[in-house]
Amino acid sequence: MQTGARIGFILLFAPLLLWLGLLIVIPHIDLFLLSLRERIGVGEYRTSLANYIAFFGEPLYLVTFMRTAIMSVLATVLTLIIGFPVAFYIAKFAKGRAQSVLFLLCLVPFWVSELVRTFGWMILLRETGIFSELLQWSGLVDGPVEMLYNDAAMMVGLVYTSMLFMIVPLITTLESLDDSVIEAGYDLGGTGPSVLREIVIPHAMPGIVSGSIVVFMLSLGNYLTPTMLGGKDSLWFTEMIYAQFIVRFNWELGAAFGFMLLILSSLIVWAMLRLTGQTLEKTMG
Amino acid sequence: MIPSIRQPAAFRILWKLYVALFFVYLALPLVVVSVFAFNDSLFPSLPWKGFTLEWFFGQSRPMIGVFNERPIMRALGNSAFIAVMVSALSVAVGTSNAFLFNRYQFRFRGLLYVLLLLPLVIPGIVLGISILIFSSNVANGLEDSFGWDIAALRPGLVLVILGQFSFVATIVTLVVSARLQKFDPTLEEAALNLGATRLTAVRTITLPYLMPALVGGFIVAFLMSFENFNTTLMLVGSDAPLTIAMFDRLKEGSTPLLNAVSLVLMIGSTGLALLMILFQGRKTGG
Repeated sequence: MQTGARIGFILLFAPLLLWLGLLIVIPHIDLFLLSLRERIGVGEYRTSLANYIAFFGEPLYLVTFMRTAIMSVLATVLTLIIGFPVAFYIAKFAKGRAQSVLFLLCLVPFWVSELVRTFGWMILLRETGIFSELLQWSGLVDGPVEMLYNDAAMMVGLVYTSMLFMIVPLITTLESLDDSVIEAGYDLGGTGPSVLREIVIPHAMPGIVSGSIVVFMLSLGNYLTPTMLGGKDSLWFTEMIYAQFIVRFNWELGAAFGFMLLILSSLIVWAMLRLTGQTLEKTMG
Repeated sequence: MIPSIRQPAAFRILWKLYVALFFVYLALPLVVVSVFAFNDSLFPSLPWKGFTLEWFFGQSRPMIGVFNERPIMRALGNSAFIAVMVSALSVAVGTSNAFLFNRYQFRFRGLLYVLLLLPLVIPGIVLGISILIFSSNVANGLEDSFGWDIAALRPGLVLVILGQFSFVATIVTLVVSARLQKFDPTLEEAALNLGATRLTAVRTITLPYLMPALVGGFIVAFLMSFENFNTTLMLVGSDAPLTIAMFDRLKEGSTPLLNAVSLVLMIGSTGLALLMILFQGRKTGG
């Protein structure tokens, strides 16, 4: 029996170890090591911080990096503000069948590939697109309007793409809030805003945090939406990583970029967990 | 919601309007993509030139339908193959992980659990490049020391499958764990008391109980793999899956062919998602 349990344990442990070791831990160590390598000649390398110096020394890299971070935070905040009233409505106002139908309606668009969603926004927003034609038809504008290829279009796409990941955790936490607690808040003289601030938001905090983390990660790591909807000025950091790896074939610099992106995302996730007193196990697991 | 709390009627109406507007926002891109798949024009835009099914079944240029466009069908096949492999691997490893963390206490359990969740917070593109770097290192090492050239370690189907599996496995682990936690272990003990071996007990009692989660996990994994873009982009070789093939087309300019592909994809994935919901509803509700 004892040896049986031991064999069982080893059999269950091996896949976990292989998966995390070979696909997560070692590749990321390799990524870090490669980012510390400097090419000094054909097939000749040495260990140095040259790639990081290049990153911090070139304003384009640094500006793109910061811009990506700030825009991702903005996308996260917008997603939260837009999604919260809808989540509250579905969790508290809608009842029975209507509730499950609304919930499902929220999910359906996201079973569709991100590419299809982005394509949809392109058809709507571009110069020959639906909005432009509608505006011309209604006489509000004279010529075609280009609404694609700018930051606003990109933001619409980013918020759209990650909405589900905000709405679902919000609904889940809000549903667990007992109606009578809200009533008690009003009975004790609270008003709409104060009940929201003192009762609803603190209760929904785990949902807000896990939703925000996922949305932030998805925005930061997004490649498709900034490439297809953003303009020439909306360069996203992932596009630079892609360029170094696939176009320039400068893997060393690309690895340094990748590692910076990893550090940035870990830092912000950590800060968010820290500020709200949550743990990764509680919010994700 | 809460009947005892009165709110101004205007406020309620505004709120309802907002929610309605929100659903319009959600539906709009998908609706236009679908509608323009049937436009008898070379561009997916207004004006409307009449209804056609040519973008699905057309045989001659310039209107070759989806089902007759070889590269697209091949990409669809690649996607399906990758998705099945990723789902099968993820369900196997995810189930094993769920049992491990549910049944055993061991050293570094907490640390390993955090490590298991990490793929969720690593940007997909970083996951892609690290696996690319690692596999190239291994491939180069093997080639230099033994003269073996292993194609599987170069960008291509195998790496795409491994790359997607690396984070889909986490999701499936969470799905299966959630159900395993609700399992009553005394049921398994009863089977053991009745003379079953440990393996038989798990096979005949626990696994059937887990079935909704296993099927659900498989479908979620399948859909995630099918629509994955970031990780795949860095690992793709010559056998591009559908998302990458469509992306390359879209960069060159769009035709309603892409709308037609999108609609086929939408119908497929919505169907799968509904299937999963029905399946789980039946198993857990009954």
